[in-house]
Amino acid sequence: MSGQKREKDLNIFEKLYIPEIAKGMALTLRNMFRPNVTLQYPEERFEPSASYRGRPVLVQENNGIERCVACGLCSRVCPALAIEVQASETELEKERYPVKFEINMLRCIFCGFCEEVCPEEAIVMSKDYELVFKNRNDAIFGKEKLLVPVEKLKDRLEFLRKFK
Amino acid sequence: MNIWEIIIISLIKILIVVVLLLLSVAYMVYFERKISAWVQNRVGPNRVGWLGLLQPFADVFKLLLKEDIVPDAANKPLHTLAPFIALFVSFATYAVIPIGPPIELFGYKINLVVADVNIGVLYVFALTSLGVYGITFAGWSSGSKYSLLGGIRSSAQMISYEVSMGFSIAGVLLMSQSLSPMKIVESQYGWMWNAIIQPIGFITFVVSAFAETNRLPFDLPEAEPELVGGYHTEYSSFKFAGFFLAEYANMIIACGMIVTLYLGGWQVPYIDKLGLSITLTTIIQIAAFLVKMGALLFFFIWVRWSIPRFRYDQLMNLGWKVMFPLALANLIWVAVLIMIFNL
Repeated sequence: MSGQKREKDLNIFEKLYIPEIAKGMALTLRNMFRPNVTLQYPEERFEPSASYRGRPVLVQENNGIERCVACGLCSRVCPALAIEVQASETELEKERYPVKFEINMLRCIFCGFCEEVCPEEAIVMSKDYELVFKNRNDAIFGKEKLLVPVEKLKDRLEFLRKFK
Repeated sequence: MNIWEIIIISLIKILIVVVLLLLSVAYMVYFERKISAWVQNRVGPNRVGWLGLLQPFADVFKLLLKEDIVPDAANKPLHTLAPFIALFVSFATYAVIPIGPPIELFGYKINLVVADVNIGVLYVFALTSLGVYGITFAGWSSGSKYSLLGGIRSSAQMISYEVSMGFSIAGVLLMSQSLSPMKIVESQYGWMWNAIIQPIGFITFVVSAFAETNRLPFDLPEAEPELVGGYHTEYSSFKFAGFFLAEYANMIIACGMIVTLYLGGWQVPYIDKLGLSITLTTIIQIAAFLVKMGALLFFFIWVRWSIPRFRYDQLMNLGWKVMFPLALANLIWVAVLIMIFNL
C-alpha cells in the first residue's frame, strides 16, 4: 500500500481506471450473448468419452459368465482396499471363478488401478457416474450389480486395447 | 376534494406502490440471478414456473419456513428491531418519487406520487441516512465480530458517501430551485436533463448511490470472503429476508432517485410536439419512467457482475479525495452556468 516500489507506475489515463472498467463491462456484456454451456441435468445427460473413469464393473461374456478368474490382483492393488474377491473352482475352461466379488463404492477412489492390473480385461471402468445409495450396506456392490454385458463396454475395451 | 377523498386516494396509491415495489424487489432478485447467469454463460433459475418466473416466490416461501435463530450473545430487542428499521426506511422513501405527470381520473386531479411534499428530496436523504441505523444495530446487536465489522464499515462508508451525494444534489437543486421531486422533474423539460447539463454531478451521484446501497464494487459491509455475511451474518429466516428485501428495495429507490433527479423523471423529449392525445402521452411518460428505471437497474446488476470489490482504503480515498472534490466542482460548474445563462 505505501512505501513499496511499484513495478510500473501508471499514467494519469490509467489511474482513472475508467477505460479499464469500460473494457471489463464490455466483456461481461459480450458474454451475455454467448451460448451457454449448461446441461439441463435430469433431461440432458453428460455422455462421457471412452477415457472416462466411472464406476468399475465386471465384464460379462455373451454366455452370461464373467471373465474374471479371481486372481485377486485387483484386490491387492486397490489403494483404498475397496475390493474383496473370494475364489472357487469351476468346470469351465478358466478353472477359477469368483464366488464373491464385492466393491465398496464408499471406498473406491476411481483410480482405475484394478483395470490396469487385470490380466483378463475382466474389470473395467464404465461410463456410469450416477452413484446413489441410501445407506452404507447398499454401497457395497456385489456381483449382481457389477456384472455388465460386454457389448455395453465395447468403447472402454477398445480404448484399453489402444492405450493400455 | 374533502378529507376522506384525499385519504382514500392516498391509501390506494400507497397500496399500489407497496405491491409494485414488493413485486419488483422479488423480480430484481430473479433478474440478478438471471443476468449473473448470462454473464457467466449459464442458464440461471428455470425450474419453478415458466422460465423460472415463480422462483422469487419459492425463495420467499423457503425463507418463511426456516427456523429463526437468535444468537445467545445477541441483544435481542435491537437484533429484532434492526431489520424492521432497514425495511421501513427503504419502503418509506418511495413515497415521494413521482412516476408520471398529474392525471385526471374520475374527475379528480391525481398526482402520480404518493406524497407530493415540497421537501421530498430532503425527506429521502433524511430517511436513507436513518437506514444506516438498521445496519449498525444489526452489526452491533448480533454479538459477532463479523457482524460488528460489517456494521462499522457500513456506517463509515455510508457517512462518507452521503457527503458527495449531498453535494451532487445541491447542483440539481440549484437548477430546479425546489426540493420537490415533481418540480425537479418538471424543470428538466425537453433535453434539459440534469445528466446532460451536469455530467460530473451525475457520475458522482451514481457512484455514491452504488456506495449507499452497498452494491458491488462497494459492498464492503457484506464482503463475503472477509466477513462471512457482514452485518446479517447472524440473521436467519424472515429477519434475513427483511434485510434482503431492504437491500433490493434500496437499489430500486436509488434508481428511482437517479431517474428523477438526473434523467428527467417521466419526461420524454419533444413528446408534446407529436400531437398525441393526453391519455396516450401520459401512458408513454409513465412507460418512459419505468424504462429508464429498468435500464438503470440492469446497469446496477451488470456492474455487480463485472467489477471486483474495492479495498477499504481505496473506498475511503475514492470517497473523500475524488468524489467529494468532484461533487464540489460540479456545484461550482452549475453555479457558473446559472450565472452565465441566467437559467
